[in-house]
Amino acid sequence: MNEKDTSTPAVELIDEQTTFTLVELCRSCAVEAELIEALVEQGILEPMGRRGSHWCFPASSLRRTRITLHLQRDLGVNLAGAALALELLERIDALDARLRMKIGIHQDIP
Amino acid sequence: MEYKDYYEIMGVKRDATQDEIKRSYRKLARKYHPDVSKHSDAEERFKAVGEAYEVLKDPEKRAAYDQLGANWQAGQDFKPPPDWDAGFEFSGGGYTAGGAGAHSDFFDQLFGQQFRQAGGGGRRRTFHMRGEDHHAKVLIDLEDSFAGATRSMSLHVPELTEDGHVVTRERTLNVRIPKGIRPGQQIRLAGQGAPGMGGAESGDLYLEVAFREHPLYRVNGADIYLDLPVAPWEAALGAGIKAPTPSGGVDLKIPAGSNQGRKLRLKGRGMPGKTPGDLYVVLQVTLPPADSEEAKHLYEQMQDKLGFNPRATMGVA
Repeated sequence: MNEKDTSTPAVELIDEQTTFTLVELCRSCAVEAELIEALVEQGILEPMGRRGSHWCFPASSLRRTRITLHLQRDLGVNLAGAALALELLERIDALDARLRMKIGIHQDIP
Repeated sequence: MEYKDYYEIMGVKRDATQDEIKRSYRKLARKYHPDVSKHSDAEERFKAVGEAYEVLKDPEKRAAYDQLGANWQAGQDFKPPPDWDAGFEFSGGGYTAGGAGAHSDFFDQLFGQQFRQAGGGGRRRTFHMRGEDHHAKVLIDLEDSFAGATRSMSLHVPELTEDGHVVTRERTLNVRIPKGIRPGQQIRLAGQGAPGMGGAESGDLYLEVAFREHPLYRVNGADIYLDLPVAPWEAALGAGIKAPTPSGGVDLKIPAGSNQGRKLRLKGRGMPGKTPGDLYVVLQVTLPPADSEEAKHLYEQMQDKLGFNPRATMGVA
């Protein structure tokens, strides 16, 4: 099936300044608040503000929550394991970025 | 329909034990998990491995699959023999969680029917009335972000039909790319996710943006890097030269005494935004070839007259 949509829907940029409430985060990842609380407990998510409805989650929480869910579901990783995997993945991303800069510096030297 | 060699996909021999299959599956699932793997085709491979495991982990399905014979080649055009599964009973058991979603036609042809009757498949649905949010990754060009653009994008949307099948629908959508969006940032399209049930509002669609490799520029956060070749005399003596930037050529002053790898910062010439990034020009001193008598002579003159030893501090005379 192929559906073509010729309209151009409104878009909203989610950048580092964007934050999510607990309700928004639960809704966009289709999870219960208890799971989000467990992720906070584990240090996977670091909201600002007081617990519960005052929590304010940085934009990266969306990605971190989804990756955690995938690792749990697909690989049977527990929350502590997912926290470790996330940290390592982010380190790899940072190293990749540095490597890309370095490779660029050397690649054109004859 | 193409024949799939599940043993080959799983990387095991046809007589592998169930334990060997399980071990191999776990290893491959970790290797090709789309959130972990850097392989460009990780998602397809992860799905293929999930599908192969779906069959091989289940002794009933494995036996039925084995019955097709070992003489098939992967990719060969395949039609299941009539009543190929006669005498096999499938007790169902659902898709592997990871493989939930579209399986290959080959799998559906062989096992699809039994699954549906057994009530397997289909993802657990929450009873929220609002439609689910969908998430996808999209690749854009640096220029799309730099100037802002509207691009037509093709998305694969898994969808649960009324009778519980998972089908993949291709959907083409015009997406306005916000000016200055950076790799890793997301765009939210309100109401473009799964439709709500019972007339409730639809979910949202989240698109995570990544950039295609650019022939000239590399993006790091809000900053853009450009490798710019310069002649040795431009670096040594200083020069006014032209440099490309995503917003067009600029005049650039190379300070005298510049060396290989020197970074020149053009403030505010990086990705646009409230706080625009910077453009870093990384000098690449490029030697002219010594491919003529004249050029060789010039190099020899430098050798004789400059007394230059780039290894002076390395302790080798």
